[in-house]
Amino acid sequence: MALFDKYAPLMGQFESLESTGYNPFNVSFDRVLSPTEGMIAGRRILLLGTNNYLGLTYDPDVIDAAVAATRNLGAGTTGSRVANGSYGGHRQLERHLADFYGRRHCMVFSTGYQANLGILSALAGKDDHLILDADSHASIYDGSRLGHAQVTRFRHNDPDDLDNRLRRLADTPGDKVIVVEGIYSMLGDTAPLREFVEVKRKWGAYLVVDEAHSLGVLGRTGRGLAEAAGVEDEVDFIVGTFSKSLGGIGGFCVSDMDGFDILRVASRPYMFTASLPPAVVAAVTEALNQLRHRPALRQQLMDNARRFHAGLGDLGFQVGPEASPVVSAIMPDPKTAFAFWTRLLEAGLYTNVSLPPATPKGLALLRSSVSAAHSRSQIDHALSLFADTGRELGLIPAEPAIPTWVKHPTANLAGTEPQDALAIGFRNQLLARLAAPSKAMAKYYSAFRRQSPGRARIVGDK
Amino acid sequence: MQNSAEQIRSLVFDALRAALERPVELSDDTNITEGLGLDSVAVMDFVMEIEDALDISIPLDRIAEVKTVGDLVAAAQDLKGGH
Repeated sequence: MALFDKYAPLMGQFESLESTGYNPFNVSFDRVLSPTEGMIAGRRILLLGTNNYLGLTYDPDVIDAAVAATRNLGAGTTGSRVANGSYGGHRQLERHLADFYGRRHCMVFSTGYQANLGILSALAGKDDHLILDADSHASIYDGSRLGHAQVTRFRHNDPDDLDNRLRRLADTPGDKVIVVEGIYSMLGDTAPLREFVEVKRKWGAYLVVDEAHSLGVLGRTGRGLAEAAGVEDEVDFIVGTFSKSLGGIGGFCVSDMDGFDILRVASRPYMFTASLPPAVVAAVTEALNQLRHRPALRQQLMDNARRFHAGLGDLGFQVGPEASPVVSAIMPDPKTAFAFWTRLLEAGLYTNVSLPPATPKGLALLRSSVSAAHSRSQIDHALSLFADTGRELGLIPAEPAIPTWVKHPTANLAGTEPQDALAIGFRNQLLARLAAPSKAMAKYYSAFRRQSPGRARIVGDK
Repeated sequence: MQNSAEQIRSLVFDALRAALERPVELSDDTNITEGLGLDSVAVMDFVMEIEDALDISIPLDRIAEVKTVGDLVAAAQDLKGGH
């Protein structure tokens, strides 16, 4: 056992989780039924932690494409593209992605993790500098370590700190490559990309944006944060993954830079690994097609994201700064995060626990990810389970906190004389949700009637 | 601006105590991760305070080599005074 002695502290933690019977890092699904439901230990569970943003894993056309490719081309490629050759589908997927992004070049990798490994390790050489956002994903850190560049990090989402770091390097030879993400996977916040672009131009650096969690989510056509921020021309390399909005596995990088294809024989994580199997390539190609031609999916996703993010905030949970498909409730400590997660699972809701050092600022997070495939009632059901559990654990007030939307009363209903903003807010919220009443809203409603009997006059009320 | 090892050491001590949010006995021999229980990201975060104060950037491979408070003082002094 001596070899594993160094893992003794980690092993202790893992075993204590195993002994509870509910280990969030060792969950096994008996079956997955749809993008939003699965079976765990014989019970039907609502899935709210699978990064399946557009819900395309069960799209019939995506599945048909995968089945046909397997029948026609076999189950696997059994080799790397460099040593054993590409299939037509690999090249076609690269062309489709380049076309989608309006770029000249694209390389596809076998996982999103490897895309960062392959791009970052190959872009920056021995005398170059990689400058990472401090909250970067592990694959960005690992890709930086795989190469030979000097690596420094700047404070998360802080253009001034990035500026400082580049100033310190101004007299040092070598290229400078900045790496940021579109949506950060732990708190769902986005990078201030326009400000970063200004700093990049000031110092003549290169910019890589990892759109893993923002592809298919942000931007007019779903290309990600760079599109949403209107700075695509200033982003030299976009990295992304197929395993979230595209429902498969794999990663990619697109660029307009001359000579980009030399990376195919310079990037070790591209060269020395087996290529994606035909089924995955075909499924992802079709999923990309769906992403491009069904903007309603993105709309549905963001509606769900806003509903869930606002819902948790209204209940009194501390959530990330902006509504995105990643919605994390900040827990006071890891123990509470485990307890919360376990109770939700027992109640039929699957979420994620995220702990330091994978999380920023040492936070313990109960992380959820919403999907376009979630129905409104599924989102509301999840909210009501969060409300029940949060109250049981004493994390949120027993009565509803004053919701954020109270600060923004809008409608002025005919025939009523609302006495204060609270009444307007409650009433507007009730009106907006009357079409789909939920357990959570019923509680709001009854609480409101108790507190303000004279003002609880809404449409349809007796 | 040159900083003496003594100035850098007291800077490191202050930043560490702030990061730990508790009073601790510190010396050059204090092991930062094993002795103080900081994880790898917490170490990198607290190093940022030192970098700001000294206007230097300590590359991640140098941070990874740091085991003790003394190692960090030496690395910072090297980067600060090296030019």
